[in-house]
Amino acid sequence: MMASRGYWLLIGGLTFLTFVLFVLSLALGPAGIAFGESLSALFSGDGGPIVLIMQEIRLPRAILGLLTGATLGLSGAVLQGFLRNPLAEPGLVGISSSASLGAVLAIYTGFSAAFPLGLPLAALAGALIAVIVVQALAGSGGVLTVILAGVAVSSFASAMTSLALNLSPNPFAALEIMFWMLGSLADRSMTHVWLATPFILAGWLMLASLGRSLDALTLGADAAASMGVDLNRTRRFAILGTALSVGAATAVAGAIGFVGLVIPHILRPLTGGLQSRLLPASALGGASMILAADILVRFVAPGRDLKLGVLTAIVGAPFFLWLVWKSRRDLL
Amino acid sequence: MTNRANHRGKGAALAAFLACALLSAIPAWADTKPARVVSINLCTDQLAMLIAGKGQLLSVSAIARDPQSSAMVKEAEGFPVNHGQAEEIFLQKPDLVLAGVYTTRATVGLLKELNIRVEQFAPETSFDDVKASMRRMGVLLGQEMRAEELVGQIDAELDRLKRLPRSGKLAALYYANSYTSGSGTLAHAALEAAGLENLAARLGIQGTASIPLEALVLAMPDVVVAGDRDYKPPALAQENFVHPAFRALIEHSGEVAMPVRNTVCGGPFTLAAVHMLRAAAGQELVAR
Repeated sequence: MMASRGYWLLIGGLTFLTFVLFVLSLALGPAGIAFGESLSALFSGDGGPIVLIMQEIRLPRAILGLLTGATLGLSGAVLQGFLRNPLAEPGLVGISSSASLGAVLAIYTGFSAAFPLGLPLAALAGALIAVIVVQALAGSGGVLTVILAGVAVSSFASAMTSLALNLSPNPFAALEIMFWMLGSLADRSMTHVWLATPFILAGWLMLASLGRSLDALTLGADAAASMGVDLNRTRRFAILGTALSVGAATAVAGAIGFVGLVIPHILRPLTGGLQSRLLPASALGGASMILAADILVRFVAPGRDLKLGVLTAIVGAPFFLWLVWKSRRDLL
Repeated sequence: MTNRANHRGKGAALAAFLACALLSAIPAWADTKPARVVSINLCTDQLAMLIAGKGQLLSVSAIARDPQSSAMVKEAEGFPVNHGQAEEIFLQKPDLVLAGVYTTRATVGLLKELNIRVEQFAPETSFDDVKASMRRMGVLLGQEMRAEELVGQIDAELDRLKRLPRSGKLAALYYANSYTSGSGTLAHAALEAAGLENLAARLGIQGTASIPLEALVLAMPDVVVAGDRDYKPPALAQENFVHPAFRALIEHSGEVAMPVRNTVCGGPFTLAAVHMLRAAAGQELVAR
């Protein structure tokens, strides 16, 4: 009973935090519009510049921050539970960078200009290949195998992304490697929101339905099967759900690392180790982290287009090292 | 003691040698026109093509033939191209290499070590800079008359523009990746000469820097001057031009496409950009 009340308090607190950060993300920006004025412009119908800024520049940015953050938090929690590996995360196991590669191929060949849905679909395909490869290797080995496979997949995908961008005759393309490796939400538009949202929501539905199965999986695959968990369905949903949501999020925001790693680890002790409780908490936590990072990039170095992945790495990399250190001690 | 004397002697000999080398070298450069000139920078390419005598310019950089960047593609097709690599430049046995200050530093360093004379030009940020670069190019190539003639044409044109009424309309330069040119740039000088006010300069932007789309929309400029739009195939850099907020803005302000090639380097073609801008602001070049 106590644990349950604590859990709802946590969910309530995270929801409030996400809401506050979402509003801040709408209210803060280089144009320096007053708080009340900016929020009322969101619902205004006149075509003035402030309305344009709020509805076409800041709103899509805040929505995409929410969607990508929640996607990364949720998929990180699912991957860690499903692969039973504390280091699993879309960035580290190469799903984000493979999705980037798919998106890069779609954009720079002109495919997505002719067929807009081609962008999320190509990113999804890239993500899907990476999840399948990592998942297949995870079955056969231990904690290390997944990470090694992930390192190989993500360096290969990053190298191919760089190659594709370097080969593009467009002189700007080569500079955009940064966007695809580190992610950004600067000047994204409603077009991107409409393109990505259906895929992201479909992925969320699949991932969110896995809570109970992942709870059972913590006892081991055989025990879970004896408890009536359909392991094949769980695998299909985890793979497709991750590919759909991470693929679409990466297609519009680039590859953002570490969120899926850090958030579930911070929240796990607060959710009593139950996967079904961790999933919604991680989604909210991821959304808060990306929204906060995206607010920071606007003020730490305005005008320099600082990438989101830089901030998440500053938080995430020391955390990752600490995690490796801790699991090394556990292994001994 | 003997050791120190020895050192001093060596030093003196070296100094004397250097002095002789310099003395003998300078008149050699100054007296005779260089006959084998190679340019490895877009801006020096264009200046050299404008000023060099027949047969004096051996090759220009490959970018001089790129219609997106170069304002003198047709002229450049009359010259062989180089790719700015030390080896190929060396094999052309130039007696003068023209380069930019900021680009191809390693190449320039290597060429200098190989005892090839390299002259570097800084990017021009005003019409005075353009005229100074032209005069310097004239001196280097021994074509002072030709350079003065070009400078005279630019001065006459600028004088004519100065006497025309200023529209004072607010113009925003907007390039790929949301970049703009503030004060201290040639594009800014072109806007000024066209009688327009540069939004970026009003916002305090110096040099070329990115401008948030929010700031652009909020300022509601009278004219949006878009550059770099038409590179193919697509890149994220040009997504700012299809952003719904930008499209709504140009419905209000109107958009002029000004090729970046006219203002990236200085030359008579920069004045063509000024005319384009005046026309865009609804003021044809007709003296009243």
